[in-house]
Amino acid sequence: MINVTIDGVRVEVPKGATILEAAQEAGIRIPTLCYLKKLSPIGSCRMCVVEVEGCTKPVTACDTPAGDGMVVTTDSEELREMRRDVLRLLLVRHPLDCPVCDKGGECDLQDLVYEFGVTAESYRTERFERDVPRYVSPFIRQWPDRCVLCGRCVRACKEVKGVGCIQIVDNGFYSYIGPVPGVECISCGECLSVCPVGALTDSVHPTKARIWQADRVPTTCGYCGVGCQLELNVLNGEIIRVTTTDFDKAPNFGSLCVKGRFGWEFVNHPDRLEKPLVRKDGELKEATWDEALGLVAQRLQQIKDEHGADAIGGFTSARCTNEENYLFQKFICAR
Amino acid sequence: MTNSIACVDKAQGFLVIGSNTTENHPIIGDRVKRAVTQRGAKLVVIDPRRIELAEYANVFLQVKPGHNIPVILGMMHVILKEGLHAPDYIAERCEGFEEFAASLDAYSPERVQEITGVDADLIRKAARVYAGAKPASILYAMGVTQHTQGTDAVKCLANLAMLTGNVGVEGGGVNPLRGQNNVQGACDMGGLPNVVTGYQKVGDDEAMAKFDEAWGRKVPREPGLTLTEMGQAALEGKIRALYVMGENPMITDPDLHHIEKALDNLDFLVVQDIFLTETAAKADVVLPACSFAEKDGTFTNTERKVQRVRAALAPRGESKPDWQIVQELSTKMGYPMSYAHPREIFDEIASLTPSYAGIDYDRIEREGIPWPCPDKDHPGTPVLHVEKFARGKGLFHVVEYKGSAEEADDEYPLVLTTGREHPHYHSGSMTRRCGRINDCFPEGFLEMHPADAERLGLRTGDPVRVTSRRGEITTKVKVVDRPAPGTVFLSFHYSESPVNVLTNPATCPVAKIPEYKVTAVRVEKA
Repeated sequence: MINVTIDGVRVEVPKGATILEAAQEAGIRIPTLCYLKKLSPIGSCRMCVVEVEGCTKPVTACDTPAGDGMVVTTDSEELREMRRDVLRLLLVRHPLDCPVCDKGGECDLQDLVYEFGVTAESYRTERFERDVPRYVSPFIRQWPDRCVLCGRCVRACKEVKGVGCIQIVDNGFYSYIGPVPGVECISCGECLSVCPVGALTDSVHPTKARIWQADRVPTTCGYCGVGCQLELNVLNGEIIRVTTTDFDKAPNFGSLCVKGRFGWEFVNHPDRLEKPLVRKDGELKEATWDEALGLVAQRLQQIKDEHGADAIGGFTSARCTNEENYLFQKFICAR
Repeated sequence: MTNSIACVDKAQGFLVIGSNTTENHPIIGDRVKRAVTQRGAKLVVIDPRRIELAEYANVFLQVKPGHNIPVILGMMHVILKEGLHAPDYIAERCEGFEEFAASLDAYSPERVQEITGVDADLIRKAARVYAGAKPASILYAMGVTQHTQGTDAVKCLANLAMLTGNVGVEGGGVNPLRGQNNVQGACDMGGLPNVVTGYQKVGDDEAMAKFDEAWGRKVPREPGLTLTEMGQAALEGKIRALYVMGENPMITDPDLHHIEKALDNLDFLVVQDIFLTETAAKADVVLPACSFAEKDGTFTNTERKVQRVRAALAPRGESKPDWQIVQELSTKMGYPMSYAHPREIFDEIASLTPSYAGIDYDRIEREGIPWPCPDKDHPGTPVLHVEKFARGKGLFHVVEYKGSAEEADDEYPLVLTTGREHPHYHSGSMTRRCGRINDCFPEGFLEMHPADAERLGLRTGDPVRVTSRRGEITTKVKVVDRPAPGTVFLSFHYSESPVNVLTNPATCPVAKIPEYKVTAVRVEKA
């Protein structure tokens, strides 16, 4: 363990911890943009610059290891001005289309710009039309102009999913996120879930909603047995998308697969059964609950009376809840 | 799973067998890939197809469908012969070792090579890699169990884990990956013929007396029938009525012509589902149920963790949550139920089920708890069999290889194996109705090795007829070197090419699970 002093607060952290992790341990927030806990830090956006006693220049906190006895300052007018400059430079290429951007209201860049009181007036450059290849998955729409090149999506695809189908193409001002030739995207949406801005948006449902308009209901995925934790985003009684915003939640820590993230449309499907059906003259016809349940009760009772309880079988379901399976079992055994 | 999903991060080695993990349990598959690429964990993959994880493996054994058991026996033979086993662990914690050890004599790698065609040196290498990693985790799925010797294969894997001291250890274990959201919970709740909740045995007088009292009725003392047995009983007229809640056997059961006859022979069929599935279409009464998005409750995941499900939407139309339908039907039949909310049902489950006793909705509000959780102060049990086995001593079972019910022959020269593809799910009733997913992945293909394709004059996209002893279907072929020559693969998501028309209803005598993974077929250009 080593001792670090951050803004006057002494903390003990394991050797190898970064300055950012030490600050988190001390309960001190350092602004970040390209950093994400589950990804390797790259110190690329430079929002997390801090001053270290004895160093002539500020260092990035996310990828600089804390040293024993290090004294760190995370906030000063000089640092704030550097962070403002980082944001001003990002805004040179990032369009201020927040009113029509899906991410408005939950955008890391928007929050930071707001926090630091930055406007887009400072620097200008010529605009150019980006003619970039179509994004790799039809489930996700790419807005290349909004991209701040933080590289979260590229790292998430490679490090978390082990896929590596996207990369930063070209250099400097002209760089963009593009496909890696020959590597197939699996449409898991990991990139979408980590994008801090609106450069990647969910393209499954045409209706969008601001974060404060939709309900976010945490629940368990209904597909395989892993039991991923996700949030159903609901607007006007319809699911409009699935999100994962809690990256600390086991067992999936914010990751999902194509089914979990994009496979919710069946819930809204017009084929959903909305009324009981009873077979009349060989055809299934809509009926009332009373009629349907009455018929089931009568027929089951009749078969039980004539052939005994063992003549009635039941299939419980690996899709239904524990409570429902229990009740089904109780009904079949005890009735 | 004996161990938690988080344990994947602690394993130094893996044996992945009969599990296409990256497609069917992607979140666990990701973790295995990370363990291999970022931590240098060792990986042995045994599968009939060159699945994605095979590309990450130190050793990949491409077995023919049905050859898991001899290969595992061969690996254990090597481990024992080369002294790679864990003698102290075995002496202290296990029993039945001597007889088991002697039974391995007959399975030298050379003999296994004769049986399976898998290179003896590869078997040796696989044994050394698995036994050399401590701890090592076994991950398996339906590729192990859906065989007439499925139970034996699971016993084999348990033997292997005990032989190397990997049971009851963080990062180790014998870990079946459950294919459906609540197949673990459905079994926990007694959705099996011989147990009630928490695997309390039907016929155990003390347990049964508890249920008699709680339910106010004398509960049956004799085990019921498995799903496959019920089909047969329906054909014989012993089962007259069937109540199916949220299952679609007309797509997912083996030998669909047989199951269709069984359903047609019933006097009365009730199906409760969210769609008019192939099974519901045959029903006398169809009861509209709610999807997971419209009801409260709990699912128990593959690591035995009880997690909350929350209603995000109001029920569609007049549909109702399944628990409410069962409750109303039961009341109508003179056995009244009046639960106001699933929470009350859960509390009743906890009161009757020792392994769930300490769990309630408040405790799992933020994060689930893995059973056994015997009381309210208990944190749950991420790793089973720590320090001692649930039964006391870990019992080694002697397993002999018997072979599959069906083998390739002149008339049916290829072996068909089945499974899922990553974008789709099970009988397809859900994902085939997800517009975007189905637009992107609209049809299934018969995967066939280029050598077989050339012999049959087939190219990717050609329509083919696949015929087994039980029926035939048409689909398109995809020529790809994932399966080995002689093996073909189909998924079972597509009702237009219902692969279970072909599959063999022969079952494992213990678990009664059908042999979906081995079907002798003939493929012709359609």
